[in-house]
Amino acid sequence: MRTEFNHLQAAHCENGVTAGLLHHIGLDKITEPLAFGIGSGLFYIYIPFIKISNGPAIAFRTMPGLIFKRTCRSLGIPVVRKKFSSAAAALISLNEKLDEGQPVGCQVGVYYLPYFPKEYRFHFNAHNIVVYGRDKEHYLISDPVMEQTTTMTAYELERVRFAKGALAPRGQMYYPVQGKAVTDALIARAIQTGIKRNVNAMLHIPGAIAGVKGIAYTGRKIKGWRDKLGLHKAGLYLAQLVRMQEEIGTGGGGFRYIYAAFLQEAYAYCSNDQLPVISTVFTRSGDLWRTAAVQAAGIYKGRIGSQADFNVMGDYLLEISELEKQAFRALAKIKWKA
Amino acid sequence: MKKEECPQDDGSLGKMTKEVCYVTDPSGKYVTELSTGWNVKSEALDAAWADIEQRVASAREKVLKGEASPVLFFMERRLMDMPTLTAYTGFWKWSIHRHLTPAGFNKLSPKKLGKYAEAFNVSVEDLKSMTIHED
Repeated sequence: MRTEFNHLQAAHCENGVTAGLLHHIGLDKITEPLAFGIGSGLFYIYIPFIKISNGPAIAFRTMPGLIFKRTCRSLGIPVVRKKFSSAAAALISLNEKLDEGQPVGCQVGVYYLPYFPKEYRFHFNAHNIVVYGRDKEHYLISDPVMEQTTTMTAYELERVRFAKGALAPRGQMYYPVQGKAVTDALIARAIQTGIKRNVNAMLHIPGAIAGVKGIAYTGRKIKGWRDKLGLHKAGLYLAQLVRMQEEIGTGGGGFRYIYAAFLQEAYAYCSNDQLPVISTVFTRSGDLWRTAAVQAAGIYKGRIGSQADFNVMGDYLLEISELEKQAFRALAKIKWKA
Repeated sequence: MKKEECPQDDGSLGKMTKEVCYVTDPSGKYVTELSTGWNVKSEALDAAWADIEQRVASAREKVLKGEASPVLFFMERRLMDMPTLTAYTGFWKWSIHRHLTPAGFNKLSPKKLGKYAEAFNVSVEDLKSMTIHED
């Protein structure tokens, strides 16, 4: 069974799957930036007591799964989501849906994704793809980070759907169901909810390690990395920061550009003059993140490496923290009309 | 980032796909642009892989010196940390710690060896002899 499914390339997998599946039920208006913003996708956290791949645990976005969940809920779209304890049950359920002509979002691990280049295979279990059909031997796959659609065998698909470890997908599959009509007014309300929730997450989250405070916290920590970890390991830590910020899926600048694009698009629905202005602040923030990445690269490539260089790196993050604080405060002050 | 500043460097990702970047056009409007890669981040990935290769090499040496078992070597090679390996094998952390020593490894039953081989996606023979094939 082969369902008509328009492959949609996106910067980030979850945005792409969300937008792709929503387009499939007729909601063409929901672009990647809108899905990201309505789902309050922008975030920052550095968890100092956890290590991932022997480096710091840093995220520039919200928890996997939340973007899809929040976006659909805000738009009043019912969602079906299933997890499985057995691979056989997961396969039967997937086949049923595909044979009904329903494209399905699947959470998968990337370590065994056959079409990913070797250099990208890490044990990251929260990647998202759309399975939109099958023939005798293959499952038809629309992976939003790829330019083209691709295929996997049943064995390959089972292996990635049942990847193990942190955030294990457990065969998780999900899809939105057609609900009430989505009007522009509803989209406008969803945008406002999304912005308010994002303001809360970035400004008011308790503790020092998350939100705009978390960015400043990381900046202060970075200044101590050279003495604490030694130059080599400190360089690897910075490399990990840059990978989280720029690696496939962020659209550049740790999702800050996607968020800036979202605010521009939001203006079409909620014509508040502040939105395009604040959008440019996020563009500046994204640019600064990338400038910081260039500084970090100088350190992990060994071109520079003095304490002064680490101080410059840390100061970039302090500056970014201040900039994003201003931006979110401005968003918090917006008086919405409706 | 302006559209004309979107980097088009060579990167490992370029072998698979170009990626979507969000950039501004001359009027300041956001549009998407496909990028082949950016040196800054491919160097970050290179640094990560150089570190992994070094860890694999030092694990191999430890095994050859009799200080560790091949489980350590394959853990490094498959980029698995302890929680990932416990999830794939179903063994407790403390028993994996025992299997990480040569003495503990040599006492493993064929069934348990098979679990490790499956988790690491190698044959039992290759597991014991630390033989690797490109895959």
